[in-house]
Amino acid sequence: MQGNKVIGEAAVRAGCRFYAGYPITPQNEIPEYMSERLREVEGGIFIQSESEIAAIHVVAGASAAGARSMTSSSSPGISLKQEGISSMAACQLPAVIVNMMRGGPGLGNISPAQGDYFQATRGGGHGDYRTIVLGPATAQEMADLTMDAFDLADRYRTPVMILADGMMGQMMEPVVFKEPGARIYPESYMMRGAGKGKSMIIRGLILDPLDMEEHNWTLERKYRVIAKNETRHELYRTEDAELILVAYGTAARIAKGAIKRLREAGIRAGLFRPITLWPFPENELRDMAKTFENFLVFEMSTGQMLEDVRLALQGHARVGFHGRPGGVVPTPVELANVVMRQYDRKQGIIEHY
Amino acid sequence: MKKVFERPKSMKNAIFHYCAGCGHSIAHRLIAEVIDELDIRGIAIGVLPAGCAVLAYNYFDVDMIEAQHGRGPAMATGMKRVLPDRVVFCYQGDGDLAAIGIAESFHAANRGENITIIFINNAVYGMTGGQMAPTSLLSQKTTTSPAGREPLLDGHPIRISEIFSQLPGTTYIERCKVNSPASILKTKKSIRKAFQYQIDGQGFSLVEILSPCPTNWKMTPVESCRWIDEVMTKEFPLGVMKDLPEVKRRKGEQTP
Repeated sequence: MQGNKVIGEAAVRAGCRFYAGYPITPQNEIPEYMSERLREVEGGIFIQSESEIAAIHVVAGASAAGARSMTSSSSPGISLKQEGISSMAACQLPAVIVNMMRGGPGLGNISPAQGDYFQATRGGGHGDYRTIVLGPATAQEMADLTMDAFDLADRYRTPVMILADGMMGQMMEPVVFKEPGARIYPESYMMRGAGKGKSMIIRGLILDPLDMEEHNWTLERKYRVIAKNETRHELYRTEDAELILVAYGTAARIAKGAIKRLREAGIRAGLFRPITLWPFPENELRDMAKTFENFLVFEMSTGQMLEDVRLALQGHARVGFHGRPGGVVPTPVELANVVMRQYDRKQGIIEHY
Repeated sequence: MKKVFERPKSMKNAIFHYCAGCGHSIAHRLIAEVIDELDIRGIAIGVLPAGCAVLAYNYFDVDMIEAQHGRGPAMATGMKRVLPDRVVFCYQGDGDLAAIGIAESFHAANRGENITIIFINNAVYGMTGGQMAPTSLLSQKTTTSPAGREPLLDGHPIRISEIFSQLPGTTYIERCKVNSPASILKTKKSIRKAFQYQIDGQGFSLVEILSPCPTNWKMTPVESCRWIDEVMTKEFPLGVMKDLPEVKRRKGEQTP
């Protein structure tokens, strides 16, 4: 099944009954799939909105009304959605936002890239907030993480982003959909009219600075709980490794191919793959520095996750880097060659400036 | 003793923060009275704008959600589609609807979303201190058009009601004012009709209210009321722009 459709199908199976979006390549199969699939399920609602901005706010409204809701886009469109993502974080409204990254900045191109890591993991919009960011690397993981994303969004009442790229969206792989659990989201969070009871307010405007500060700390406490409970990563062939590659998403797939070639050439490389990009698995990576001295970060960008890796390692290990921004998808052979040029068993990896 | 006047049940016991002579408090009260009369307090949801009315949830005792600037009709679209049996209304100012949120409002209208927009047109940006609005009149002085609105530089006032009336998705659109007891009563009838149309599933309705802003117009409340009659209504003529319930429209389509 094609990656974009996997996300659509996983969303519907997870109980997503509301989708709004605006076409942009390379994720058009998501709105197309949802427009058809949501017709087939009871209560399914699909809206092709007039803009990315409208889409995220339509989703915010649907979320406030109690529907499991999703929107999707690609890099330039995600920039437009940031106003709404910030607002939903402030108002604690759950939703799933898919970003099939493409080359940037600006309109860039429609090729796979990883240049939106900063935007995704630093919040993206204005104000003190975080977004849970999941970085799948296979179609199977796109299915699983999309389903998990809805549960995480509900559990923590916060927008969750699936951060993949054009390659992930377009590729086809076999997938097994897991059985979703029942939705746990109390009706008291939903705005459905006051009935005979007290009226409810959903807002992010808090004019008193002390009250606003408290709201910020409330959100921050929640983010700390998320960081403690929800961090995920994968280790690949690290048991006997002398060098650890760090990569996520499509880059991690390429890294696995490179590791095979490096091992054939006698370099015992392994992979540390963050699955949650925020919260970043920093403690897990820091622990690696107790055993390993050499790391190489590989990204389809000029070096964004690189900063998180350095923050996590805190200077306890050598960090090299290889990046291919702008929609270039390098081959495992290229990466293996780069590693062989940068890494020497005696001198360690050449540290990135 | 018989009680002849009281606070609507859909209003909280709070004092308005609005300036003296402002039309917002009147519009708020009219909406609350209509909600009471139609007995829809329990199913009403208000979507609030950025601007002076952002704090309206302090006054209304119905469910209220804040939208980012101009995004109210998008948010209302999401809510109403999920909850078609609730009464969803947007409260928007001229910046919120006619400038930053024109796309969201226009397309919600064009889709014929079964929602109601109460559009407060006071020809100026109130909360930010009196800057030019898309509805500011030609030669009207504001803090960002100090020499008066100049069409070659600033464009022309936008007539939202007329423009939206052209969209097949809209059902009922009327422009009113709230500068006299008679006009206030008339406006209330219009709001009531708009809500009733929504309840009957007739589609998109909008009530534009010419509303005084004495603080930013730099006039007394009395002068402001007069200015609406003598100047504003010349650019923004009052009246029903469209009253074509969907049921009638459908019938009309059938006849050749």
